[in-house]
Amino acid sequence: MKDWQYRLAEQRGTLTALTIFVVMFVIYTANHPAGFTANVVQTAANKGVLLAFIAMAQTLVVITAGIDLSIGMIFLLTNCLASWLVVGTPLETAFGVVVVLAVGALCGAINGAIVIYGRLQPIVATIATGAVYFGIALLLRPFPGGSVNEDLADALTGRIFGSVPASLVALAAVVVLVWVPFSRSVYGRAAYAAGSSETAAYMSGMPIRRGKFLAYTLAGFVAAIGGLFLTFFTYTGDAAYASGNAYTLFSIAAVVLGGVSLFGGKGSAIGAVFGALAFRTIGDLLFVFDLDPLWQPLFQGLILLAAVSLGAFALFRVRNRLEWFL
Amino acid sequence: MTRATGRKPGFIHRFDPAVLTAFGCIILLLVLGSLYSRNFLSPDYLLQQLKVASFLGVIATGMMLVILLGQIDLSVPWAVATGAMMACAAAAYGPFGVALAIPFGILCGVAIGVVNGIGVAYLRIPSMIVTLATNAVAQGVMVVYTGGFSPQDSATAAMRYLATGGLIPGIPNVVFIWALIGGAMVFVLGRTGFGRAVYGIGNRERAAYLSGINTRRIVMIAFAVSGGLSAFGGVLLAGYASKAAQSMGDAYLLPAIAAVVLGGTSILGGRGTYLGTVAGVILITLLQSILSVMQMPEAGRQIIYGLMIVLMLLLYGRAPASR
Amino acid sequence: MESAAPLFRMEGISKRYGGVRALEKADLSVRAGAIHAILGENGAGKSTLIKIMAGVVAPDEGQMMLDGRAVDFASPAAANDAGIVCVFQELSLIPELSVADNIIISNPPTRFGMIDRKAQRRLAEEALARAGAADIHPLSLVKDLPLSRRQMVEIAKALARKPRILILDEATSALTAADVSKVFAVLKRLRAEGLALLYISHRMNEIAELADDCTVFRNGSKVASYPAGSKSDEEVIEMMIGREYHSVYPPKPERALQGVPVLEARNLSWTDRLQDISFSLHAGEILGLGGLDGQGQRDLLLALFGVLRGLRGTVHVDGKPVGIGSPAQARAQGIGMALIPEDRKTEGLMLPMTVRDNLSFASLDRLTRGGIIDSAKEQDFIDRMMTLLAIKAGSIDAPVGALSGGNQQKVVIAKWLMRQPRTILLNDPTRGIDVGTKQEIYQLLRRLADEGAAILFYSTDYAELIGCCDRVLVLYDGAVKRELVGAEITEHALIASALNIRSVESMHEGAAS
Repeated sequence: MKDWQYRLAEQRGTLTALTIFVVMFVIYTANHPAGFTANVVQTAANKGVLLAFIAMAQTLVVITAGIDLSIGMIFLLTNCLASWLVVGTPLETAFGVVVVLAVGALCGAINGAIVIYGRLQPIVATIATGAVYFGIALLLRPFPGGSVNEDLADALTGRIFGSVPASLVALAAVVVLVWVPFSRSVYGRAAYAAGSSETAAYMSGMPIRRGKFLAYTLAGFVAAIGGLFLTFFTYTGDAAYASGNAYTLFSIAAVVLGGVSLFGGKGSAIGAVFGALAFRTIGDLLFVFDLDPLWQPLFQGLILLAAVSLGAFALFRVRNRLEWFL
Repeated sequence: MTRATGRKPGFIHRFDPAVLTAFGCIILLLVLGSLYSRNFLSPDYLLQQLKVASFLGVIATGMMLVILLGQIDLSVPWAVATGAMMACAAAAYGPFGVALAIPFGILCGVAIGVVNGIGVAYLRIPSMIVTLATNAVAQGVMVVYTGGFSPQDSATAAMRYLATGGLIPGIPNVVFIWALIGGAMVFVLGRTGFGRAVYGIGNRERAAYLSGINTRRIVMIAFAVSGGLSAFGGVLLAGYASKAAQSMGDAYLLPAIAAVVLGGTSILGGRGTYLGTVAGVILITLLQSILSVMQMPEAGRQIIYGLMIVLMLLLYGRAPASR
Repeated sequence: MESAAPLFRMEGISKRYGGVRALEKADLSVRAGAIHAILGENGAGKSTLIKIMAGVVAPDEGQMMLDGRAVDFASPAAANDAGIVCVFQELSLIPELSVADNIIISNPPTRFGMIDRKAQRRLAEEALARAGAADIHPLSLVKDLPLSRRQMVEIAKALARKPRILILDEATSALTAADVSKVFAVLKRLRAEGLALLYISHRMNEIAELADDCTVFRNGSKVASYPAGSKSDEEVIEMMIGREYHSVYPPKPERALQGVPVLEARNLSWTDRLQDISFSLHAGEILGLGGLDGQGQRDLLLALFGVLRGLRGTVHVDGKPVGIGSPAQARAQGIGMALIPEDRKTEGLMLPMTVRDNLSFASLDRLTRGGIIDSAKEQDFIDRMMTLLAIKAGSIDAPVGALSGGNQQKVVIAKWLMRQPRTILLNDPTRGIDVGTKQEIYQLLRRLADEGAAILFYSTDYAELIGCCDRVLVLYDGAVKRELVGAEITEHALIASALNIRSVESMHEGAAS
């Protein structure tokens, strides 16, 4: 095999997600009354990037064989915080952005510390911290409200050069500046290795704990970027429990669609990003085909169920039944 | 390297420190509450709490069974809602429908559980993702069914009687029902082959399989029971409120998991007693109630609630040090 | 070996696991520029010795000297830093990462904080070439490689760490003949470069070809160190075996086997691990499985017990073909099979559960009526088993994990005897347990056979096979190479056929030409 074939095989999950997304999106725009216009793309992008950020955050934790069920609540918390802080003069706004991102990273770091050093199971630990983060969000915004620096918001949710959605550019920037450096760093590799085989990683002397801790922290950080964008889109902060919960659950779905293994060690946040965009497009597809929007949740659910069942075909290759129980 | 599993002396099975801690916390809460207001120790208040706890108790029973296997059931929200809505819907189909309303609601929950069970046991999809997916499908079906409006059908008289009536004066029926289901669960876990197999699979599925247990069937049944009990919880809730509502199950998923885990059941499976789950359910209900009686805003309630769970788990729910 | 000061020395090293002595005052001295072979039977303490050297486990007592200075390794990483690198038998590779990632795992080259993938790839290619495995693509994922290739990656990974002392623990056991000759060339070159190599292998011909010094271990202690070639194979085998085992085995009855075999396997094949295995097993007979570890014995037992999918060939019980698709079917009425699995901690027992729960776990179907456990019947069965096997437990309601290894193994056996199985498959049941319990198990097996059970007994301890079995099948590479009956079962016959010396030599010739 040639180099490019290995690189292709390595990215298969990501490429599959990309293909699914492109096919769906082409069908979507082809049937959209306005067609493939900058406006349509911008609207779709703005719908998709929020889930894409959360899915990227979830991926960071999932590759360590963990899970972060508080991710949607960090998203809400940073949204509510941003609706207070990201206002005023450019300097004040910049300060606000820094604080919001730092709080997100702190939330992630707390999760990481409890899971890694407190040795609690990620599922329960993040359910509990999620309640705390939601409580703080509610404390900040008992009722929807607040505001945001509208110049910044419009700049980041509008179009660059009149055609490229700014939110997509921001998403790409985060991938390049956060995900790529992390996944190619020593710690990123330790996070992957810990997810794939913690024993082998220990025997090889890798910095497992620091790698995992960094993954949880960055997850909080990326979720905070998502929270900022939510504020830019809505101009308000809103501690909506159902919405935070939905983002957590959808992020897991997006991660799976993006080819990331829930058992850890495998997959890429880029795949998860396309998984998220594809997941969002499912809903839009129904819209252009004039199907009753009522069918949207059912459609999404069935696609999700089908997608996760596909992975089960690997079972038929298992020759030793004991391998079921690993 | 094998994970070091708990090596604890035998008396722990009778005096699980987690269960003791949970009951200790209940007493502490009541004492603290009584300092705030005498009412907290009145029989009326306590009975009222027990009644509220019963709904969560029924749902947490199914959740516990699944957690004992080392799995999790995230389809609780819409299994609850489906049970409630389908029971109410059946009631609209004449006397025959009214008679079959409750079993039909439960059956719908069992169906959701069976799909979960197939996914987990036979397709070996992680339970977290497959139950998430069935939850989404159940939600989708219900949304399509109701047309997006809140459900119009109302609960049958039987449902209302179960949830609000009192066969024995002074004791609400729903408490009685929880006691029955709880008693059955204690019996199943302690005295039947099925119960032993559940603990065995939760501890070491590989060893259970090599002992000739049909592990897949056990897992399948456990998920079906969990779905059925969630739906039954929904039926009771619908009876309590006289009708079903779209998001009525949302408030029960996390408390159910928290109650089971706070009661000392290991989220990795294989360890836990039903008494602990009872303690966890009461603890959570009491905590929520006291915080609301003290007029603590929702925000503070959530924070205290989350912190309590983390603290209690750090006290006794930690995994052993790996090396 | 007297001339140069030793590079590395271990003195008086002891290690116990629970009550079992793994090493007792062991010594070892390794010099630079030489290959030092360590010989010994399974359980002689070789693995523990190198785990201590490599920082994986800590010794209970004794000291280690490197370059004349006392050293103490807290972790594998610390040993690596000191220049001691081990190629483990259990692989330490990360399956989802690429070959290059795995080889350069501990200290990758970085640019701007990111791993420099080009430089890493170059280093990985160098290491693979040095290990004689340039054909492995550095970008392929480890999980996609066959076992023999993974082993080569493991060796390349060790070389990339620039070791001063390289330990190879059965590093050639999974390799093809062609790879073995490549590895040998590499090892000889490393020796010429001045490395100290520690080589552990069961294959006598490999040791004859490579080693400069040899040390023999038995029962956790050093028996002798000598320059290679100064002792004959016979003498070496004598040193490895020792002579203490005769009295502990029960006498074997003289009995003509008759009637239809209880269990008969015809042409069993499974993937590339089992090849065309046929045998029959009669009631009252103990049939041994011999050979080097990992030659398909474990797979054969799992295949008979219905665990493996895609099994070709047929299994007959009482002369009638049966299809066994799960352990549940294997234990059912009419077949009545039991398997004492390899690892009692993960496959035989649920450690946190009570002795009672574990004992009745395989017989729940017989102890319940309408799904409800008949407590009186359960207690009765358990009492009988506790007496029969003399299980020492503080309370039967104590977790089985609190018992000693020997008593745990008794619980595993007892839980199956509760079903009164007709065929008992045992997968190395005496590993890691004390001598007294071993002896009880030998007596028990013979008694069960006398009462009519058919027993298939795999052991990594040749002495056990000799002492217990009426017949022994020796497996090599997934196929039955030889059947030894009665008086033919001797150490020499077992070792010679297990090593399959003639075929290994011919493979070497084939690779060289």
